[in-house]
Amino acid sequence: MKIPLKYTIRNFRSRPLTTGITIGGIALVVFVFVAVLMLSSGIRKTLVATGSPDNVMVTRKAANGEISSIIMNDTYNVILSLPQVATDSGGKPVATGDVVVIINLPKIGTDGGISNVTVRGVSPAAFQLRPNVKVVEGRMFSLGAREVIVGSSIAKRFEGAHVGGTVRFGGDTWMIVGKFEAGGTGFDSEMWGDTAQLQDAFARQGGYSTVTFRMTSPDQLDAIKKNFETDNRLQQFEAKTEQQFFEEMSEFMSIFIGALGVFITVFFSVGAIIGAMITMYSTVANRTVEIGTLRALGFRRRSVLAAFLAESVLISVVGAAIGIFLASWLQFLTVSTLNFGSFAELEFSFALTPDVVFFAFLFAILMGFTGGFLPSVRAARLNIVNALRAS
Amino acid sequence: MASIIQVQSVSKSYWRDSFEIPVLNNISLDVPEGEFLGLMGPSGSGKTTLLNLIAGIDRPTKGKILVGNTDIATLSESQLAKWRSHNVGFIFQFYNLMPVLTAFENVELPLLLTSLSKKERRDHVDMALKVVGLSDRMHHYPKQLSGGQEQRVAIARAIASDPLILVADEPTGDLDKHSAEEILTLLERLNKEFKKTIVMVTHDPRAAEKAHTVRQLDKGELQ
Repeated sequence: MKIPLKYTIRNFRSRPLTTGITIGGIALVVFVFVAVLMLSSGIRKTLVATGSPDNVMVTRKAANGEISSIIMNDTYNVILSLPQVATDSGGKPVATGDVVVIINLPKIGTDGGISNVTVRGVSPAAFQLRPNVKVVEGRMFSLGAREVIVGSSIAKRFEGAHVGGTVRFGGDTWMIVGKFEAGGTGFDSEMWGDTAQLQDAFARQGGYSTVTFRMTSPDQLDAIKKNFETDNRLQQFEAKTEQQFFEEMSEFMSIFIGALGVFITVFFSVGAIIGAMITMYSTVANRTVEIGTLRALGFRRRSVLAAFLAESVLISVVGAAIGIFLASWLQFLTVSTLNFGSFAELEFSFALTPDVVFFAFLFAILMGFTGGFLPSVRAARLNIVNALRAS
Repeated sequence: MASIIQVQSVSKSYWRDSFEIPVLNNISLDVPEGEFLGLMGPSGSGKTTLLNLIAGIDRPTKGKILVGNTDIATLSESQLAKWRSHNVGFIFQFYNLMPVLTAFENVELPLLLTSLSKKERRDHVDMALKVVGLSDRMHHYPKQLSGGQEQRVAIARAIASDPLILVADEPTGDLDKHSAEEILTLLERLNKEFKKTIVMVTHDPRAAEKAHTVRQLDKGELQ
């Protein structure tokens, strides 16, 4: 039979200072752990939301990302002729050939520092394919003009990137005529302009970086992939859902930040584990007579072990809850960093997902278990007579 | 009357480093059912050690201890824990109540080791607290009780599971004269009214007066 849980819970509350300090240490470690995981999942969430599962994105097989991919005009035409490409009411394919380039712009508040910005040349169908992209200030760029619209994140972070301003790239000056929002996706960190103008400015008249089209239905993906495997003209290219493409773009960055964070937190956690261990050793020392009494009454060693381990884990769980609560406020922050997938600035928010909460509690329970194990074993192994003598 | 406790040629030694320290030397003792036995003797005479052996919280170096026909020295540790929970009620000098549990919860503690339902446990606890006259204090924590009341809660805990024997180690050692008298009267009542077999270690001659039989221990030997 177990020692009642209320014994554990009330003992936990009976030493507010030492328990509070230990909880504080664990909360701090969990805060760091959660913050890093939120950062990692924020990148993933932002990029996954960028792509739609209904759209197919075609890139060159050997390309690492959009900027290193080239699809020539004849291939573009072959892709658009596939039967799985959806058409609009006028019979035109719902597809865009995007030209993606990276430019440098001075960043606000960095004392002349510059950073990479993605500029995407799109055709009008791009707005049909990506309906979350909406012009919220100014107007849409005109076809055939050196005009761009800027993502909301670019507008607030780069000098001169406001409606009515100008930017210089591709050997020309481009007028910013509008600002768009893309629902917190990666497109918010881009500038968009007319494909033909971008092709002209960067001497890419022969083709596009990527081709994105709407499928006639989402279950056509396998048939599309088969076309790319069997058609000699398409074998150098790869088709995947737009969502999968952007998810893969997030992988390296997400894993890198996650791994780095976990590595740092593991070091921090050693301190928290030692703190929990000291607290639990002192608990065992203070309650030696109680342990002896419980054992004399007939409670077994394993019951004592479980009760003290539960107390240690409880300390950690409370610490984790506090750490998660504190870290949850980070959701209101947005940060930007260079995305290794696109080599351009990407703005994203810290994302608190159920996975992050689960792993934070798991991590805390592991800390509590590790810190409480030896003291609990000591409690369970106390000789009854010696323990009772401590009174 | 049949013996409920039979201590047969029991010796007990402790080891400190490589030195053997003999505490009990070839002790034999029979305690009839319903007996109120007092064990007296100077400090270090081995009376608490003998009590611990009878209660099954320590093991003899040599000899046999039968309690209610069970040779407790042969039981494994977990068997012994189970045996104690069913057969022994403990009364300690410093009461040894759990400070974070109420009087009710402290008395209920040994009952958690039985198969009684929650309602049956409640009935047992109510009855035990009624016997010791603390029904009105069942929701009080130990720190809200006087020393005498704490010891009465401890006695309620000892009798709640209706054990075969009660072992009391200096039950009045931490109490004033008045409270000590109350506790001794209560133990006497448990022995007479409820036919409980009690083995009590004491230094207090007034406590010993309540016992039916008093045995003296000196240097590990029964006089």
